[in-house]
Amino acid sequence: MSDRTVVLRIKRQERPGSAPYWQEFEVPLQPAMNVIAALQAARKLARTRDGKTVDPVTWESNCLEEVCGACTMIVNGKVRQACSALVEHLPQPVTLEPMTKFPVVRDLCVDRSSMFENLKKVKAWIPIDGTYDIGPGPRMGDDEAQEGYILSRCMSCGCCVEVCPQVNDRSDFMGPAVMSQVVLFNSHPTGRLNRHERLDAVMGPGGIQDCGKAQNCVRACPKEIPLTESLVRLARESTLHALRDLLRK
Amino acid sequence: MASAPQIVIVGGGLAGLMAAIKASEAGAEVKLFSSVPCKRSHSVCAQGGINAAVNTKGEGDSPEIHFDDTIYGGDFLARQELPRRMAHAGPGIVYLLDRMGVRFSRTPEGLLDFRRFGGTKHHRTAFAGATTGQQLIYALDEQVRRWEAGGHVVRYENWEFLSAVLDGSGACRGIVAMPLSTLRPEAFRADAVILATGGPGLIFGRSTNSMNCTGSAAGSVHRQGAIYANPEFIQVHPTAVPGEDKDRLISESVRGEGGRVWVPKDGKPWYFLEEKFPKYGNLVPRDIATREIFRVVHELGLGVDGKAQVYLDVSHLDASTTRRKLGGVLEIYEKFMGADPTKVPMKVFPSVHYSMGGLWVDDADEATNIPGLYASGEANFQYHGANRLGANSLLSCIFGGMVCGPAAVKYARGLAKGAAALDSSVFDAARAREEEENRKVLARDGPENLYGLHEELGESMRKHCTVVRYNRGLEEAEAKVADLQARLPRARVPDRSDVGNQSLVFARQMENMLVIARAICRGARLRDESRGAHYKPDFPERDDVNFLKTTMARHSPDGPRIDYDPVECTWVKPRPRKYD
Ligand SMILES: Cc1cc2nc3c(=O)[nH]c(=O)nc-3n(C[C@H](O)[C@H](O)[C@H](O)COP(=O)(O)OP(=O)(O)OC[C@H]3O[C@@H](n4cnc5c(N)ncnc54)[C@H](O)[C@@H]3O)c2cc1C
Ligand code: SF4
Ligand code: SF4
Repeated sequence: MSDRTVVLRIKRQERPGSAPYWQEFEVPLQPAMNVIAALQAARKLARTRDGKTVDPVTWESNCLEEVCGACTMIVNGKVRQACSALVEHLPQPVTLEPMTKFPVVRDLCVDRSSMFENLKKVKAWIPIDGTYDIGPGPRMGDDEAQEGYILSRCMSCGCCVEVCPQVNDRSDFMGPAVMSQVVLFNSHPTGRLNRHERLDAVMGPGGIQDCGKAQNCVRACPKEIPLTESLVRLARESTLHALRDLLRK
Repeated sequence: MASAPQIVIVGGGLAGLMAAIKASEAGAEVKLFSSVPCKRSHSVCAQGGINAAVNTKGEGDSPEIHFDDTIYGGDFLARQELPRRMAHAGPGIVYLLDRMGVRFSRTPEGLLDFRRFGGTKHHRTAFAGATTGQQLIYALDEQVRRWEAGGHVVRYENWEFLSAVLDGSGACRGIVAMPLSTLRPEAFRADAVILATGGPGLIFGRSTNSMNCTGSAAGSVHRQGAIYANPEFIQVHPTAVPGEDKDRLISESVRGEGGRVWVPKDGKPWYFLEEKFPKYGNLVPRDIATREIFRVVHELGLGVDGKAQVYLDVSHLDASTTRRKLGGVLEIYEKFMGADPTKVPMKVFPSVHYSMGGLWVDDADEATNIPGLYASGEANFQYHGANRLGANSLLSCIFGGMVCGPAAVKYARGLAKGAAALDSSVFDAARAREEEENRKVLARDGPENLYGLHEELGESMRKHCTVVRYNRGLEEAEAKVADLQARLPRARVPDRSDVGNQSLVFARQMENMLVIARAICRGARLRDESRGAHYKPDFPERDDVNFLKTTMARHSPDGPRIDYDPVECTWVKPRPRKYD
């Protein structure tokens, strides 16, 4: 096609806990090539730029349409999905690093199971009575449905967690995504019924009071989820909740 | 059996998640395996919506009409029992999803809204923005999380299924799987196993499918004796954006809003669909549009820039209106091609999209021919016959989970001896076999490139086994697959690591993919007619006398053995399928 190439500079790590190291790969540039296609080409080659045969790089991916969240990594210093990172728009060499807020499994592959565990902690679901055929759900205006829809597009990619200064070794903060999910479920007519359980969960350790309002998260979210709005709403709701608890005592 | 039935479910897409919910509800203990976190399963890709004949628009729609559309759209090859039940269950399923909190689009009165889709005259498709599949999978994933928190479901995410454990009588008693991190196979006991592992798009190299749609799990149990049915029926969508890594679907709605398909001919735009089909123009049905694009590119050699692509053009339309109506769809093109479709025509080409064929299952429970093994979702062959209607897959996946989940539990309860009571030797042997297989694969040496072989497979399959099929080409394609089967043992696994070794996993998947690929080639070669997605210019008519039959493929070491099972059209009788 052309003799132009892409250079990938990749931060690699053999196994959990081992020391990271860098390697460079060079592959032919293809039209509209994204970082995943470049990684695939490098995998087929299994040779570094200086001619050394090496184990291919490990990374996660699935849908390649930026809806599954799997291929999140740090591309040229910015956390994002590798599938929608077009190589031609990136200065070279293209540096790829694993996310830093999750344990590395190998190379660019990290373990984000904490995000799903946190969803469990805050009861991020609608407690339906059962799956029997008992007719439609609560009636809802389209505006309300759309508001919820915006929040429900969160793909647990972890970009917001990666950029949040409050998520670090010294804190248990569950991160912005799960807070926003609490807002989503608490705003649903049925989910509202057990909102107190979710509020209790986010008022404990790692909860909403850990947010420092730095607003990095909202800028990093690829789905443009209004995270700061959610965080503000949740902070207000939980204050009211705490007050109520106090009055009850 | 006193203790709770033990059910293993492999696959956390819509079908697997729904099966997990239903099995838990029926009192089972569930182990749920998926090679990606369930939330990242391929089902997230579905944009369009889910069908249910709710008839909120006063159009006289009904489940019986939905059923008829499904059978007609599938060119009468679908067995009719399950599709009929599915059509009747449709409204209840959409209501259930609504109760689970899916933010479906609403009417001004606050009711669920429905849009029109291909193959029907009715507003029958419920949708949530432009990401319906994502919204549905999240709702089911959340419900499963609730069962998980209650201790009824244990998830094994990032685990790869390797094979079923069969006892001396040939019944399925569990599975062997390995975590993608350590790659150490483990055996799991189960009273019944459900495979909901999705479609095999990766056999075609590039498709609109996600990266883990290998069909490997289905291929593995097929090698263990499970029948694979109607392999030759592969749906090719007319408009996708070709990419190096995958092809990305561009929705039919683009043509619905006035998008035109053309190629340059003698220096001028040639609107070949409009010229050949003055009545339907760019909105001819999927299979016809796809075939016509193929003819223009491959027979007339008129592809844009001499490549396999045609223009899909909205640049002549008012940019702001187009953006308002098609925003989400155009964004995909912009994001991935870096070009603005309101200014330059999109370059698209048909792409492999969906497999109507899959593991054979019965008409009542989605049970395979291996006792204790069930198959659900895109992984089985039911519901869609020779061609799937848009928005019917999400429905068949969820309905399938509702069928096989409780059926598996019932089967487990009826067992004289549960898997827990079996001697451990059968499980130890199954695990040891997979460990040995891993060792053997890692020890492979030779000049072949594993990923190169996959590219060769995809190229050949796309060329011979998609839109236009000739017997000579199909024979060539099967010979190619056999050749790849012979060369695979000479492909060194390029990764030596014992952690996260994706090349080892892929080498194992390739072996199973090749088996399914061969069944696709052979099934297509033997079916000398044209029906739905299967089109042979040398046999251009549907032949109900000889081929109103399910293709039944059984595995043997020297290739598939095929026989046929007649389709009884109990409710909807065959009639010509026409579009004028
Ligand atoms: C771009 C696109 C758009 C679509 N739009 C629509 C639409 O609008 N409406 C509609 O009705 N249909 C649509 N479809 C079809 C529909 O999305 C799929 O057919 C459906 O989602 C399949 O669901 P499933 O549950 O069978 O499998 P999947 O969602 O594919 O899930 C398979 C599961 O199995 C797991 N798995 C696979 N192999 C293994 C293994 N070896 N070991 C362990 N786990 C494994 C995966 O991790 C995953 O969890 C679309 C398809 C595509 C490609
Ligand atoms: S606003 Fe809160 S959650 Fe978002 S980045 Fe700042 S501290 Fe983190
Ligand atoms: S809120 Fe946005 S950035 Fe955070 S996990 Fe969800 S999609 Fe990703």
